[in-house]
Amino acid sequence: MKIHPTESERHVLTVTVDNEAGILAKIAGLFTARGYNIDSLTVADISEDHAVSRITIVTNGPPPVIDQIMAQLDRLVPVHKVIDLTEAGPHVERELALVKVRGTGAARGEAQRIADAAGARVIDTTEESFVFELTETSDRIDSFVSQMREHGLVEAARSGVVGMMRGTEGA
Amino acid sequence: MSEERSGAAILVECLVRQGVEFVFGYPGGAVLPIYDELFGDHRLRHILVRHEAGAAHAAEGYARSTGKPGVVLVTSGPGATNAITGIADAFMDSIPLVVITGQVATNLIGTDAFQEADTIGLTRHCTKHNYLVKDPAELAATIDEAFEIATTGRPGPVLVDIPKNVQVATAPMSDVPAQRPQRYRPRTTAAAEEIAEAIALLEKAERPIFYTGGGVINSGPRASELLRELQTLTGAPVTSTLMGLGAFPADHPEWLGMLGMHGTFEANMAMNQCDLMVNIGARFDDRVTGRLDAFSPDSTKIHIDIDRASINKVVPVDLPIVGDCATVLEQLVEVWGNRQPRDLSAWKAQIDDWRTRDSLAYPQRKGPIMPQLAVERLFALTHERDPIITTEVGQHQMWAAQYFGFVKPNRWLTSGGLGTMGYGMPAAIGAQLGNPGKLVIDIAGEASIQMNIQEMGTASQFRLPIKVFILNNEYMGMVRQWQELTYESRYSNSYSDSLPDFVALAEAYGWKGIRIEDQADLDASIQAMIDHDGPVMVDCRVSQEANCFPMIPSGAAHTEMLLYGDQVEGTMDDEAKALV
Ligand SMILES: Cc1ncc(C[n+]2csc(CCOP(=O)(O)OP(=O)(O)O)c2C)c(N)n1
Ligand SMILES: [Mg+2]
Repeated sequence: MKIHPTESERHVLTVTVDNEAGILAKIAGLFTARGYNIDSLTVADISEDHAVSRITIVTNGPPPVIDQIMAQLDRLVPVHKVIDLTEAGPHVERELALVKVRGTGAARGEAQRIADAAGARVIDTTEESFVFELTETSDRIDSFVSQMREHGLVEAARSGVVGMMRGTEGA
Repeated sequence: MSEERSGAAILVECLVRQGVEFVFGYPGGAVLPIYDELFGDHRLRHILVRHEAGAAHAAEGYARSTGKPGVVLVTSGPGATNAITGIADAFMDSIPLVVITGQVATNLIGTDAFQEADTIGLTRHCTKHNYLVKDPAELAATIDEAFEIATTGRPGPVLVDIPKNVQVATAPMSDVPAQRPQRYRPRTTAAAEEIAEAIALLEKAERPIFYTGGGVINSGPRASELLRELQTLTGAPVTSTLMGLGAFPADHPEWLGMLGMHGTFEANMAMNQCDLMVNIGARFDDRVTGRLDAFSPDSTKIHIDIDRASINKVVPVDLPIVGDCATVLEQLVEVWGNRQPRDLSAWKAQIDDWRTRDSLAYPQRKGPIMPQLAVERLFALTHERDPIITTEVGQHQMWAAQYFGFVKPNRWLTSGGLGTMGYGMPAAIGAQLGNPGKLVIDIAGEASIQMNIQEMGTASQFRLPIKVFILNNEYMGMVRQWQELTYESRYSNSYSDSLPDFVALAEAYGWKGIRIEDQADLDASIQAMIDHDGPVMVDCRVSQEANCFPMIPSGAAHTEMLLYGDQVEGTMDDEAKALV
């Protein structure tokens, strides 16, 4: 007997929640308990009184599963609003990466040149290393990190995606 | 006016204000301050169970039979973990519970303190919502919200974990309910366009069917009345899930019987062949649908459910309607107005033809009592008293569902979603407390009853005249049946060995014990059970071989039903085994 996987799509969800203890565990646990995927998850409080947090989840699954994820999130008591940015229309997504590269001489120069081209900033330097900061879409960060692999990549840290609708309206 | 009160006192006051009559509980170190508040307070009645699982199931039985939320009070650590099965059961069957658990003091949380368990973490996915209260000043608003969340929208268990120092510390308590934001607003009413579309579909359907579930019961008795009205207006036949029994009267000519794995031939065939399926408060459980790709292939489907997450979860539907069953039924009845139902005689003739298969027939042999007959006699001798029936889990549960006719809601209490053995006796205790004077019977199996047998002491202590009617086949019959079907009758560990003498056990607890071995004694013994003014345990010895039919084997379609007398022994391929 075989277990058959199904076709999946990438979706970016933003979830506005009451900033109460355990909410992150509740949401992350919902994904594991029901077998949904999390590609990335970010969370931070966004209101002046720290009462509300915004969570951005990048997930993938077949469309009916995405619909279920939305419904399951929506029925949690501390969840105010769930928006599927991918469905809702034009939106922007950004991720922040810190990328450490080690090298000297020509290799070092080459790393800096690639970083300049990608729009990365240098935020730490030693004689033989850089830490670059790049805020970009996930794809661009992927390609930046993979280019650096050949130019002395030591490590990369990524924030996960945050996103927002384009235009005048808020979520 | 506000006055300084301890957390424990605030809790008790809030429970009283919520109209709570009974608290099902068990004391321990982390709830002693609350128990001290309960001492001498006659506004609440504390029902001391014998195991915390019993408390949760008793609260469920109370809730399901009265429509009011059940309240549970247990200590930290083992008290909370023991209650979890009942909490999970209530979550699956959408039963409103408010569960209060004690917790170690806030400064000890996370230190592996004595009787510390991460109750919030453990119950996160089997409660509708849960709270850890760290300040007595938040307690009143939290308790009020807990009741609101448990009882509105799709009902369910809500847990409030209260550290011991929060029970002791004080906060001002005012005479009026605490202020709190309204953050839970389930949608209850359907949009006019949705109702119009549903009516249009109902009007033109040639082979309509109402497929109803526990949501109709949970929505309150008015929903059951409205279902009957809508049925009369449209003429469509009705089937129901296990959880929905009683919403539509079993003696009605348009009643098809229960559907699903052990449903009637006519119910399952009608589901398969209908052109319009109106799902009201059911959730396309795998025990109902059978093989999904063969489930009602040619029908248009309407799904009415208060929980949007239940819609399109397993079966995609054409018209989803998020709303409360009673409200939406009312809207439908109103908009139908005085439209004339379509002529459904061809459909009815087809259904009558399926009915002639008499799928609930079973062989009546000389020899041991057939369990189906025992349930039929129990029904015949008790139905005029409008009894409340609870069950355990297994064959006896299915026979009770098949052969006991329910005509009103809130009379049938069974563990459907979780399928928890040990549910029935504590649920009967809760139901009896909520319905004094009513006849409450737990139709049990000899294996299941042992899972919460300690609750006999609770019934004795509180003078609850519950009846436990054990269909004793000396087997975990449902397991044996599956082993016959799937594993060539290799009866691995399904024999009930070393059974207690149930009559002697009854007597040991101060109950009356009755044994039935001979069919000739069946009626008289059932009558003796009914007539006894106190708890009774009946050990009804039944056929060890009887099986539960009809049956849709796991992984089969509705049209591939096994009836009594069909070949039952065999094996299955791995795909089918995995679906079990
Ligand atoms: C707590 C729990 N453990 C295991 C099961 C699996 N199970 C389902 S039915 C059954 C046998 C029940 O036997 P009995 O109570 O004698 O009922 P019968 O089927 O014989 O009528 C078992 C073990 C369950 N449903 N619940
Ligand atoms: Mg048995």
